[in-house]
Amino acid sequence: MKIYADNAATTRMSKTARDAMVKCMDEYYGNPSSLYTIGQLAASKLLEARETVAGCINADPKEIYFTSGGSEADNQAIISAAEFGRKKNKLHIISTAFEHHAVLHTLMKLERAGFEVTYLDVHENGVVTADEVEAAIREDTVLVTIMYANNEIGTIQPVKEIGAVCKKHGVWFHTDAVQAAGHVDIDVVEQNIDMLSISAHKFHGPKGTGALYARTGIPLTNIIEGGAQEKGKRAGTENLPAIVSMAAALKEACDGIVPAAEKVTVLRDRLIRGLKKIPHSKLNGDADKRLPGTVNFCFEGIEGESLLLLLDARGISASSGSACTSGSLDPSHVLLALGLPHEVAHGSLRLSIDESNTEEEMDYIISSVSDVVEYLRDMSPVWEDLSTGKKQFYFE
Amino acid sequence: MLYSEKVMDHFQNPRNVGKMDDADGIGEVGNAKCGDIMKMYIKVNDGIITDVKFNTFGCGSAIASSSMATEMIKGKPVEEALEITNKAVVEALDGLPAQKIHCSVLAEEAIKAAIEDYYSKHGKE
Repeated sequence: MKIYADNAATTRMSKTARDAMVKCMDEYYGNPSSLYTIGQLAASKLLEARETVAGCINADPKEIYFTSGGSEADNQAIISAAEFGRKKNKLHIISTAFEHHAVLHTLMKLERAGFEVTYLDVHENGVVTADEVEAAIREDTVLVTIMYANNEIGTIQPVKEIGAVCKKHGVWFHTDAVQAAGHVDIDVVEQNIDMLSISAHKFHGPKGTGALYARTGIPLTNIIEGGAQEKGKRAGTENLPAIVSMAAALKEACDGIVPAAEKVTVLRDRLIRGLKKIPHSKLNGDADKRLPGTVNFCFEGIEGESLLLLLDARGISASSGSACTSGSLDPSHVLLALGLPHEVAHGSLRLSIDESNTEEEMDYIISSVSDVVEYLRDMSPVWEDLSTGKKQFYFE
Repeated sequence: MLYSEKVMDHFQNPRNVGKMDDADGIGEVGNAKCGDIMKMYIKVNDGIITDVKFNTFGCGSAIASSSMATEMIKGKPVEEALEITNKAVVEALDGLPAQKIHCSVLAEEAIKAAIEDYYSKHGKE
């Protein structure tokens, strides 16, 4: 059996998205900046895509800026707020400890440049509260940037409430919605969102394309200079086939969001129930405030990379937050932010499923993970210490 | 693929996995905080390592390095086993990715720790 269960890393392009891309390459090959008919046809397709993306999040088309992906959108949103903050002498930003590195690394750069950043605690359940955001807001706070849904554990933040608090205090609110877009409802007006980042390949669109929504009145700073594209805020000839394809993918995802979420939630909960039966394991993050398709577990006494490789040998593609898979000595910053000790965080597994998965596949994943965890525990000196009482178990 | 065929083979079919109740020397190295612990057991007869077992908590290359290290010392005189370097383990595995070299270092350290334990219990001949 071959099961792709790493949709939080990337998704397979939908047929709709693929067809839209190919048609665009064949028929709308002009440069949208050119004045002649072929160019203007491309420009009209670009506008259509902008309208579609805007429509999916209840924004105005003029508020959508196409980028190379979620990371660029995050960078531009935060840098724009920082530039604005400099002018107003507001050098304080609020975020959380478990943001994506596109946000965290940009914030670290700003800290070196004189900004102060408050990283809110995400608690054991991986959810911040609007009250905590409000308590952290100061006179000199320019921006709150908190992700819509976490990429590793899938927990969803109270975006609307956080947005309301920011609005009340006149602070900009940016949310990295890369994992959320196309999977849960987004309404930038109702949810009081000033800036929002999305990435096409997380909702069955193409890689290397995304968008930044910036509310009218938010002055953006461009990080790529050289042309008048995207209202002068993002230079470079637009990647029209990818943009058109992203719009098609997002519309398809948003049109089917309710039935897809219902179906995937049932599969997800089946997976969670099955994996919970493995002794000394734990679901990471809140059980309810969670994306339909994301499941993250820790298994005591084993290391994540060997778990992944053995699952791969059984046809299952998944990911882990172990040090060996992160390319550093530390395990995932997200799991550490939940308060998990290093040795437990090394034994994590993320499974992210979509509506193409089946119950049978969930059962296969459950039995495979159970077998592999048992096999690895059998050869683990850490497990030996835990099971002989030399060390204390962290989970029941 | 991240790993050589040899690494995958030793990871998926590790040699000499297990514990040993009557070991003459036991070495445990590494740190769970960093994500790798190796425990090696040796049986010594007339200065020759006649049997060896290992238990490892760690990534694919940590398990493969442990497995390879046990094969390299089994049947060897203790003094010769002490000479085995991490580089030799890496070469025997047809290479390891740069960020995984520390796994081979742990394997070398595990051999040395098991032999030191043997010496401390039985004296150096």
